[in-house]
Amino acid sequence: MNTEILSIIIIFIASVITAYPLGRYISRVFKGEKTFLDFFAPLENFIFRIAKINPDKEMDWKENMKAMLTINFIWFLWAMLILSLQNLLFWNPDNIAAMEPTQAFHTAVSFMTNTNLQHYSGETGASYLSQLLVFCFLQFVSAGTGIAVVALLFKGLSNKSGSNLGNFYNLMLKSCTRILLPLAIVLAVILLINGTPMTFKGAEQIITLQGDTVNVARGPVAPMVAIKQLGTNGGGFFGPNSAHPFENPNFISNIADIISIIIIPVAMVSALGFYLNRMKFAKIILSVMVVGFSGLVIPSIYYEMNGNPEIEKMDISQPLGSMEGKEVRFGPASSALWGIATTCTSNGSVNSMLDSSTPVSGLMQMLGMQLNAFFGGVGVGFINKFTFIILAIFISGLMVGRTPEFLGKKIEAKEVKLAIIVALMHPLIILGGTAIASHIWSVTPNAGEFLKWLNNPSHHGFSEMFYEFSSSAANNGSGFEGLGDNTPFWNIGTGIAMLLGRFVPVIGPIAIAGFLSQKKYTPESSGSLKIDSGIFGVVLLSVVVILGALLFFPGLALGPISEFFSLTH
Amino acid sequence: MSKHKRTENKLFQKDILLVALKDSFIKLNPKIMIRNPVMFTVEAGTVIMIVLTAMLAFKPDPLQGSVLYNFLITLILFVTLLFANFAEAIAEARGKAQAEALRKTRQDTPANLLINGANIKKVMSSELKKGDIILISEGEIIPSDGEIIEGIATIDESAITGESAPVIRESGGDKSGVTGGTKVLSDRIKVLVTIEKGESFLDKMIMLVEGASRQKSPNEIALIILLSGLTMMFLIVTVALEPFGRYANTPIAIASLVALFVCLIPTTIGGLLSAIGIAGMDRALRANVISKSGKAVETAGDIDTLLLDKTGTITIGNRKATNFFNVNGMDDNIFIRYCAMSSLADETPEGKSIIELAKKKGVEVNRSALTGEKFFKFTAQTRMSGIDMKEGTEVRKGAFDVIKKLVLDNNNEVPSEMHTIVNKIAENGGTPLAVTINNKAAGVIQLEDIIKTGIQERFQRLRKMGVKTVMVTGDNPMTAKFIANAAGVDDYIAEAKPEDKMQYIIKEQSGGKLVAMMGDGTNDAPALAQADVGVAMNSGTQAAKEAGNMVDLDNDPTKLIEIVEIGKQLLITRGAITTFSIANDIAKYFAIVPALFIASIPQLQALNIMNLTSPQTAILSAVIFNAFIIPLLIPLALKGVVYRPVGAEKLLTRNLLIYGLGGVIVPFIGIKILDVIITLFKIV
Repeated sequence: MNTEILSIIIIFIASVITAYPLGRYISRVFKGEKTFLDFFAPLENFIFRIAKINPDKEMDWKENMKAMLTINFIWFLWAMLILSLQNLLFWNPDNIAAMEPTQAFHTAVSFMTNTNLQHYSGETGASYLSQLLVFCFLQFVSAGTGIAVVALLFKGLSNKSGSNLGNFYNLMLKSCTRILLPLAIVLAVILLINGTPMTFKGAEQIITLQGDTVNVARGPVAPMVAIKQLGTNGGGFFGPNSAHPFENPNFISNIADIISIIIIPVAMVSALGFYLNRMKFAKIILSVMVVGFSGLVIPSIYYEMNGNPEIEKMDISQPLGSMEGKEVRFGPASSALWGIATTCTSNGSVNSMLDSSTPVSGLMQMLGMQLNAFFGGVGVGFINKFTFIILAIFISGLMVGRTPEFLGKKIEAKEVKLAIIVALMHPLIILGGTAIASHIWSVTPNAGEFLKWLNNPSHHGFSEMFYEFSSSAANNGSGFEGLGDNTPFWNIGTGIAMLLGRFVPVIGPIAIAGFLSQKKYTPESSGSLKIDSGIFGVVLLSVVVILGALLFFPGLALGPISEFFSLTH
Repeated sequence: MSKHKRTENKLFQKDILLVALKDSFIKLNPKIMIRNPVMFTVEAGTVIMIVLTAMLAFKPDPLQGSVLYNFLITLILFVTLLFANFAEAIAEARGKAQAEALRKTRQDTPANLLINGANIKKVMSSELKKGDIILISEGEIIPSDGEIIEGIATIDESAITGESAPVIRESGGDKSGVTGGTKVLSDRIKVLVTIEKGESFLDKMIMLVEGASRQKSPNEIALIILLSGLTMMFLIVTVALEPFGRYANTPIAIASLVALFVCLIPTTIGGLLSAIGIAGMDRALRANVISKSGKAVETAGDIDTLLLDKTGTITIGNRKATNFFNVNGMDDNIFIRYCAMSSLADETPEGKSIIELAKKKGVEVNRSALTGEKFFKFTAQTRMSGIDMKEGTEVRKGAFDVIKKLVLDNNNEVPSEMHTIVNKIAENGGTPLAVTINNKAAGVIQLEDIIKTGIQERFQRLRKMGVKTVMVTGDNPMTAKFIANAAGVDDYIAEAKPEDKMQYIIKEQSGGKLVAMMGDGTNDAPALAQADVGVAMNSGTQAAKEAGNMVDLDNDPTKLIEIVEIGKQLLITRGAITTFSIANDIAKYFAIVPALFIASIPQLQALNIMNLTSPQTAILSAVIFNAFIIPLLIPLALKGVVYRPVGAEKLLTRNLLIYGLGGVIVPFIGIKILDVIITLFKIV
């Protein structure tokens, strides 16, 4: 077998295997059981004391959601403040200007929602202060928020009665200190060893062999890259993200990065198994995710490794496959794996130019975000999946002749209503946003620069717009690029998309968990739907694929599918 | 046991069809339509198409396609609406016809109203009020539902149950309920009217199947929300497609957008959903079970625990004598004769069965042939019964411990053989009845419960459904255990008092289980009310009937099993058609999406995997398929998906293969065939 393919298979299997014990550890953290990192307790207690928070207070779903929204709003204000004033503040050796208001709004929302869609370029748009105290800080706490809410969900599902879902503040802080921080330290050290810089000095001037003078941007890169991968954030220190040699210097750092991207989302599934003591159910969910993921990644790798047929027609040989927009040190297979991993997990960091991927890869990357159900972001990934689980249970539950139930709790009108609202939000944002963008584009043929955001209209231009909204709605943050997106329309439009795409899919499932928690528990019988059976996995996968495909197929047909057929036919 | 009358199962009778056809048009009224959000959007689409077609007729627009094409799309959408309405209408009409047939039994009949306890006034049944007392004599029709407060009568209930054998109803006991429309065959009874006019179960049932007052059941509401959500999603898809098309320089015709929308939204299940619900109640009614709400039928599918009375459900009637054991050394025939004689005065079923058994053994006794014998009736104090013959022979029979005492008190011995026989009978679930002749141990009569044939298989079925069966009996624990094992029930309540049932139900419910039970007596009423599905026998007291949420006209305790299956069938049918409906969308996409863009993006022809002739034939075929699948599935909606108790996993796999995979494949074939036909006849 091709060593390139072998290497990515090993990387993928390695991350799934390491995710298993991590899941057990996460489950222990969620349950407040003893862990080897309990020495963080004094630090956590100190933070709770100064913030006047009682971490043991039992809260129902509403109180928890109120807490989550409150603290997120405070973070948003903090981010807006610093980004708008970064020119006046310290740690700005390169004298970077303040962000324009719509861009500051967009960027603050983007990092608060764990999206990290960047309409600025790190080297020129953000001071070191912004990088560290806004981006890096939000990358920790937004990931912590995601992990904390899934802990609330687990608690709701495991409750036989009562409305207590745990304490958001407590879970959020512990997610940061006990889960994200230790892993980030490990990854940051690996990156440092491989050459990623960590300095507060400004850009360095060097003279190249040709004799030109260039400014090489640098800064406190290593910690930010570490948390951007682990927290499925994806916002790079530099514009080119992980394609930049300082963020991702070599193949070893690339392996460490890919594993970091998927490890926590995968671990969340095994954490579910440990938390609910339903390992078989977790395995079914994991299988569905792995099958779905493979379904996206295999075609992508195949087409990337086979090169572009148009180039072939020009009699140019492509021994490495399609190398357009790719880094030589990673190659097409590993870039394709990264492309799918980053879109499926709502991470959004990139190590190649997605805009230059072959149409099939573009299609698969978009599907990864549009289905948003294979691994997903830290914590929120399973929450997204949960909506699909509710819908799948409702339909298949009926087919075994019982009113649908999940873990012994009846799924009724209230739960279905919430699940369907959440499920509606995704296509509404993506299709609605793209429709508005398409409309504006088609009615203003002679528009100025603010409304002319496409360099290459046609199918590819459509894909760029479609991708941008998919990325926002899924809180992914990667860009197809090529899109002139630093304009008020895209800043505000995708800003709203990110907010809806973040909070609706969190609040809905947590409310469902809150409702289910209080319901009467019915033990399973041989007549109950077996959610840990293979056949339920098939139903779940079908619901995800059919629903997702039905919603996004027409759009995809106009974008990457048309492009694909124009290339080969 | 009564066999219930099965009303003939022909799905489409002419008169019902006509009514349904008329109703399909009446239901086009938007005010009625809005109750079904999915079909309401189809109606909105139809209106848009009507306006558009009319406009095109005056001012053709090549972009929107020909007037004929637009007209055809409009027509098919309209037909889709009619089909959906027809599905609901025919379910209603069938239910109504069924209820009407029952209601016919209660035309206005004359009644003898008792005023001030003495005077009789002739009134019509429609004038009767709750609390009135009426007198009914031999040969008269009972004018209203009520409760016998005085007298005993044989009643012909065949009009409502289809059971030709008359039944006995008497005051005071648990069999005091009478139903309007049934006929008194003998004797005279005084009946308290227990319902107001229009409030009888039949009236309620008729109201339930009539759409107007039909309350949607909780699961149906949840499904409607799901379907409405899907409709909203596809609305978003369709609306967004318009600017997408303009961006791609492919303006999309309105007809195509409307067609795509209607094809994608779950019209199949949307159109059939209420028919499925009504048909569920109707199926219950055909089994002679009147459910007070659709919710009760739905809940029946969820039942975890079934409380079944031993007598009548698991065993045939009462205990029967099955053997005589003679330990006296006298001639067998003489012993049997004494046994039979001593039972002559015994009116209990056991007593009668002893005489029957004796007759089978060739010993016939006749009460009229006797003169001067002295009978001893069974009392709670003596716990035995017997006869003193003219010649002085004293025969006693009763429970072994009583008889043993009698024998020992008279300084006689109880042979060890008798002990052995008694123990053996008890071990095998029978009841030993010891016999003494002149205070000497004479023998034992074996009384046994006869377990119904086929009941084991039914419990097996229930176990596979995940339903726990519990036998309720007044027997001692040993007998109860034996019968429970023999019949294959999961648990039993021995020496049960009515409050034991209640306690058992509460215990099960506190563990989250849903419990169903059947009962007839007033003392069953609290338990019937407590149970999630309480089925009262029609012969039962009014209190019992009011406490339960279903009434079984046949008074057949095995009906509970059938009710559970009807409930499951209802839910499965909903799930199966929903799955089918959603799975259909895949083929429709492959028909319509290439058709939308093919003009400007010819490479999308590659998606036209069905190789449909032209965009117009493709869209027409998809819309026609979408419309006609509704009437094709009406029989399935009305009859319900066949339920097989094979365990949840197998059931799901089976239904997924048929309705999921089938739902993916069938429309590919259907749309292709329609396209060939449309092309052949050059319709567009």
